[in-house]
Amino acid sequence: MERLRSIIRPVASVPLARHLVVALVAFVVAMAVIGSSSQYLQTRYAEMAYFAIAAGGLTLLTGLSGQLSLGHGALMAVGAYAATLVLERTGGETLADVFVALLVAIAVCAVVGVVVGVPAARLHGPYIAGATLTLAVAVPRLANQWEVFGGEQGLQVSVPRATDLPAWIQDLVWFFTAVEIDQYSFLAYLGWLLLAITFVALANLSRSRVGRRWRAVRDDDVSAELAGIHLGRARVVAFTVSAMAAGLAGGLMAMNVRLTAPGAFTITLSLTLLAAVVLGGLGSLTGALIGAGVLAFLPKFATDLGESVGLSATQAAEVTPVVYGLVLMLVILLAPAGIVGSLRTFLARSPLGSTKEKTT
Amino acid sequence: MQQFLDTTLGGLVLGAVYAAFALALCLIWRSTRIVNFAQAAMAMVTTYIALSLINADVPYWVAFMAAIAAGFGLGAVIERVIIRPVEGKAELNAVILTLGLFMVLHGLTAITFGVQHRGFPAPVGTSAISVGDTSIGITPFGILTIVVVALVMAGLVVLFRFTDLGLRMRAAAFNGEVSRLLGVRVGRMLTLGWALAAAVGAVAGMLIAGGDLVNPAFMDPFVIYGFIAAVLGGLDSPLGSVIGGLILGLSLSYVTGYVGEHLAPLVALGILMVVLLVRPSGLFAAAAARRV
Amino acid sequence: MFAVEDLSAAYGPVKALNGVTFTAARGQVTAVLGANGAGKTTLLRTVSGLVRSTKGSVKLNDKDITRTATEKLTSYGLSHVPEGRGVIAELTVTENLRLGGLHRATGSEPMPVERVFELFPRLGERREATAHTLSGGERQMLVIGRALMARPTVLLLDEPSLGLAPRVVAQIFDLLRGLVQTEELTVVLVEQNARSALSIADHGVVLNLGKVVASAPAAELAADEQLRHAYLGF
Repeated sequence: MERLRSIIRPVASVPLARHLVVALVAFVVAMAVIGSSSQYLQTRYAEMAYFAIAAGGLTLLTGLSGQLSLGHGALMAVGAYAATLVLERTGGETLADVFVALLVAIAVCAVVGVVVGVPAARLHGPYIAGATLTLAVAVPRLANQWEVFGGEQGLQVSVPRATDLPAWIQDLVWFFTAVEIDQYSFLAYLGWLLLAITFVALANLSRSRVGRRWRAVRDDDVSAELAGIHLGRARVVAFTVSAMAAGLAGGLMAMNVRLTAPGAFTITLSLTLLAAVVLGGLGSLTGALIGAGVLAFLPKFATDLGESVGLSATQAAEVTPVVYGLVLMLVILLAPAGIVGSLRTFLARSPLGSTKEKTT
Repeated sequence: MQQFLDTTLGGLVLGAVYAAFALALCLIWRSTRIVNFAQAAMAMVTTYIALSLINADVPYWVAFMAAIAAGFGLGAVIERVIIRPVEGKAELNAVILTLGLFMVLHGLTAITFGVQHRGFPAPVGTSAISVGDTSIGITPFGILTIVVVALVMAGLVVLFRFTDLGLRMRAAAFNGEVSRLLGVRVGRMLTLGWALAAAVGAVAGMLIAGGDLVNPAFMDPFVIYGFIAAVLGGLDSPLGSVIGGLILGLSLSYVTGYVGEHLAPLVALGILMVVLLVRPSGLFAAAAARRV
Repeated sequence: MFAVEDLSAAYGPVKALNGVTFTAARGQVTAVLGANGAGKTTLLRTVSGLVRSTKGSVKLNDKDITRTATEKLTSYGLSHVPEGRGVIAELTVTENLRLGGLHRATGSEPMPVERVFELFPRLGERREATAHTLSGGERQMLVIGRALMARPTVLLLDEPSLGLAPRVVAQIFDLLRGLVQTEELTVVLVEQNARSALSIADHGVVLNLGKVVASAPAAELAADEQLRHAYLGF
C-alpha cells in the first residue's frame, strides 16, 4: 500500500503525467464502451469525439484567452475539405492515408488560424463575434465558387475498410473488446484516440506558461501587456491552436459523414459549437466533453420528442436548434459559469469546500 | 455600360436595405452598447407575421403596418425580459445571449411556419422598368425600397434631433445615471430604443421579402451584412450606418456582377477587416463625435 | 427645508454612512465637508436613491422622500448636481440645458434657456458646442445651469470645485451665492475644498468615516483650529 502511494504521488503531482494517466484510462474505458455498442451508438460516439475536439479548442480560446470565435464551423470546413482532397489523391485505403489526411487538415488550419488570428487578435467582444460569424458564412460558400470543391453536391470521402487495416490493430482491438473491428467502430476508436491525445495536449498547454499568459491577457490585457506579455502574439497562438483542433475535428467529421458539402457547415454549426462550450463552462475541457456529448446525442432525443408531440419530421428537426438556443440563453441568464463552473462554485460554497474562491 | 448601370442601381437598392438594417443595429448599440445578433431573426419573425396576414386577405399595407407594430412589441418584450439582466455586464454575455435568441427564433419560426420557400407579394411591380426599348436595372419595388428607407431615416432624424422624446432617448443612452438624476426614466428609454430598432428591422424585412421567396433562413445573410454596414459607419452614427449600408450594397453588387456571387461574403469579410484594422471607430468617426 | 436624519448606507459589508443627521435651512448654503472617503459623495448619492439607504430618512419640506425613485426627485424640487464630469458629453450645451428642463418641479413655470445664458454668459457663447469640448469651468457652469432648468428648491452640489483653478472656483462660488439669494434656494454643498466652501456657506457639517463629527455655523468651524487641522486640512 505504501509503495503504491509512493508511485502515485509523484505521478499525480506532475500535470503532464496526471493528464496522460487520466487520458489513458479514459481511452481504455471508451474502447470498452465503443466495442460493446451498437453501430448507431458507435457513430454517435465518433461524432461526440470530433465535436469534443473542436469544442476543446474553442473553449480554450474563449475561456482562456477571452476571444469568442463563431468561425469554428468554417475552420472545420477547411479541415474537412483538406482531408477530403488528400484522401481523394491518395485513395484513402490505408491507415497511413488517414493520418496524412488529418495531418494536412491540421496544417492547413494552422495556416488559416494564423491568417485569421493575426487580425482577430486586435478585436474584442462584438467585433470579433461579427468578424468570425462572417467567416462562418463566407468560407463554405467558396466551395460553390471553384470546381475542385465539388460545388453544392460536395465530395465523396473514401475511408479504409476494416480489412485494409494492419493486422496488429485488428488483433489489438479484438484482444481488448472481443469484437471484430469494422468501419464504424474503427472511426469511433480513431476519434477517441485523437480526442485523448488532443485533450492531453490542450490541458498541458493551459497549465503551461503559455496558458498562464492567455489567462493574464483575458483577465486584464493592459496589465498583461505591462507585465511584458506580447498581447497580439499570445492571442494569435491561442487562435492557431484552436484552429488546429477545429481542423482535426473537420477531417474526422468528413470521414464519418463520408461526404463533404457546404451545406454541412452552416452558421448553425458554429453556434452549436458555441452552445457546447457555453453549456459545459467556458475554459473547461471537461465541460467541452459534456457539451460534445449533448451535441451528439441530443438531436435524436429532441427530434423524437418533437414527433411525439405531433410535429412533422422536418418540424421536429428544428427542435434541436431551439434547444441549443435556449441553452445559450439560459446558461447566460441563470448560470454564466456553465455546468462545470457552477458545480465548482456549488462545491466551494458548501461547508465541505474551501471558501477562498468566493471572492472571485 | 448597361451592365454597370444595372449593377449600380441594384447595389443602391441592396444598400438601402442594408442601411435600414444597420440603422436598427446602431439604435440598439447606442442605447445599450449591445450588438443585437438576433436582429435578422426578429425581422424574419415579423415578416412571417405579415405573410400570414396577407395570406388571410389582409391588404398589403395593413400587413406592413402590422409587421412594424409586431416588431415594436417584440423589441420591447425582448429588451425587458431577456436583455435587461445582461445590460452593463461583460460584453461576451450579451453576444452569446443574442446568438441564442437568433437560434430560438429561427427554430420556432421553422416549426410554426415550415421550412419550405414561400412567395411573398409586393405592392408594386417587381420587373425592371423600361425606358423606350431598353430596360434599366431597377424595379418599381426597388424605387419603393429606397423611398421607404429614406422616409424611415428622415423620421428618425426628426425624432432624435427635434423632439423631447428623442433628446431623452439620446441622454439615456449616453449617460444613464446623469439622465436619471435629471428625471429621465432610463429603463423606459432603453426599452423604447429596442422597440424602435426592431420596428426599423421589421421594415427592412418587408423590403427584403417583397416579390421574393421567404423561408426561415432568408434573413440570415443580413446578420452579417447589417453588422458590417453598421461597423463601416462606426456603429454609433446613424448617418454612418446609412452610408456604410450603401457602400456595402454597391461593393457586393459589383462583386456579384463581375467576379462571382459566391465570393460576396468573403469580400464583405475583407472590407470589415480592413475597416476594423485601419479605422476601428468606423469610416466616419470624426463626424460621429459631433453629429447626432 | 431639507432634513437628513440618522441616514445610513453600506457598500456590501463596508458602512459608508453611519447615522448622519443634519438640517439645511431655506435660503442658506450648508457645506458638507470632510476628507476623501469621509462619505460626502455617498451622502448625496443616498439622498438621490442612487445608493440604497439601510436606515434613516430624508425629508424635503416635511415630505419623506427616502424611498422615492431617483427619476422623480426633480419633480419634487430636488436637483442633484453631479460633479463636472456629469455633463452629457455627446449632447450640445443647449441640449443639456433643454434636458434639464424636461422634468422640472411640479407646478413650476418652464425656464427659458436664455435665462441660464444670462447667468452664465460664457455658456451662451458656446451654446451649440458639444459638451465634451467644454473646459472644466464651463462644464461646472453647465451642470449647475442644467439643474436650475428644473426650477429646484433644493440643490445638492457634489464637489463643484474639483479640478478647477482657484480663480474659476471663486467665480463659480460667487455665482452660487448670488443664486441662493435671488432664487431662495436651499443649497447642500459637498466639498473637499473646505476653505472656499466655508467662505460662502452659512452652516457647516463635518463628516469623518461616515459620521458627523461637527455641525456648526460656518464662521465657528472656520475659527476652530483643532477641527480644521484634524478634518479639514487647512
